[in-house]
Amino acid sequence: MNSDNHPITDMHLDVLKEIGNIGAAHAATSMSQLLGRKIDMYVPKVELVSFDDMFELAGGSEKIVAGIFLRIEGDLSGSMFFVLPLDSANHFIQRLTGDGSFDFNSPTLPEMGVSAMQEVGNILSGSYLSALSDFTGLKIYPTVPSLSVDMVGAIVSFGLIEISHYSDEVIVIDTQIREEGEEGISNVDGHFFLLPDPPSYLTIFRSLGVL
Amino acid sequence: MNTLAKVVRVGIADMNVVSTPNTIRTSGLGSCVGVVLYDEIKKIAGLLHIMLPDSSLGKSDRINVAKFADTGIYALMELLKAEGVRPMSLKAKIAGGSQMFQFGSNDTIRIGPRNVEAVKKELKRLSIPLIAEDTGGSSGRTIEFDPATSVLHIRTVNKGTTGI
Repeated sequence: MNSDNHPITDMHLDVLKEIGNIGAAHAATSMSQLLGRKIDMYVPKVELVSFDDMFELAGGSEKIVAGIFLRIEGDLSGSMFFVLPLDSANHFIQRLTGDGSFDFNSPTLPEMGVSAMQEVGNILSGSYLSALSDFTGLKIYPTVPSLSVDMVGAIVSFGLIEISHYSDEVIVIDTQIREEGEEGISNVDGHFFLLPDPPSYLTIFRSLGVL
Repeated sequence: MNTLAKVVRVGIADMNVVSTPNTIRTSGLGSCVGVVLYDEIKKIAGLLHIMLPDSSLGKSDRINVAKFADTGIYALMELLKAEGVRPMSLKAKIAGGSQMFQFGSNDTIRIGPRNVEAVKKELKRLSIPLIAEDTGGSSGRTIEFDPATSVLHIRTVNKGTTGI
């Protein structure tokens, strides 16, 4: 893929991975404080993938998840998703609100849980993006996050609309989330996706002097 | 002949054609629209999963015709013609075009309804009658079309499966 005729190289993907790792470390710290237990986040790899492969990364287009979506604006633009399988989302919100009966599977979503989930999205994206902003010197503003409990394909395709004007592929900065509990490390299978709009690649590389 | 019926899957910004006893399916439609063109007599159907209303929105040199309503429906019709279907015998059913989130830029929020409008406009231009639709709302949809019965099955998270 080209962004304004500058080919994206492995070196560029490595730089994006480093950015993701810095953001993830900050977000993990915030989330650990929020939930009162150790949360681990790491960036397995940064890839250029097809839209369908993007849904596979998130669990398959039909998988039902709690998905928080927000746009980032400012010097950079892009989409951000925080995607959790329903059992993990229930677990987090139960822990956060102290309401053990909270369930995202219920036909009408309890308001308390929805706003708690949005707040988690706010805190995570805020700490992730402020690390990114410090590192690159770019001004980045997140919009208010919005929650939808639905199929991954339906949720994530919304964040691909902007990108689809430019390309059939997307650079995914994928952050996996793991929780360390009494029972040892359990894989939450949650993801935090950062999808920069193609014109923003150049801005990122320029800010880091790796063009 | 004893062949097992299979389900042909269509990805996002993609299309394919199927004939009975096979069925054709696309999953996780949000603001995207799934367009089925079918011939009831020949029992052949095509499915297209579009993302955007108009190919003039594309900002890259290569265009993927299946991504846009204005280019995709025509391309699907051509695929069906190659299978021996006469364009005059084609009918359409559509689903999708929901509003998954209530914010974004104005253009992005409205993309679901705009996709639906663009699909209808193009069907009209090609004189393909729209027999049934399940569009709008704020839920994701998985759809599967069976050319044997001409029924479009639609599954959502809250409403289960319905047929149109």
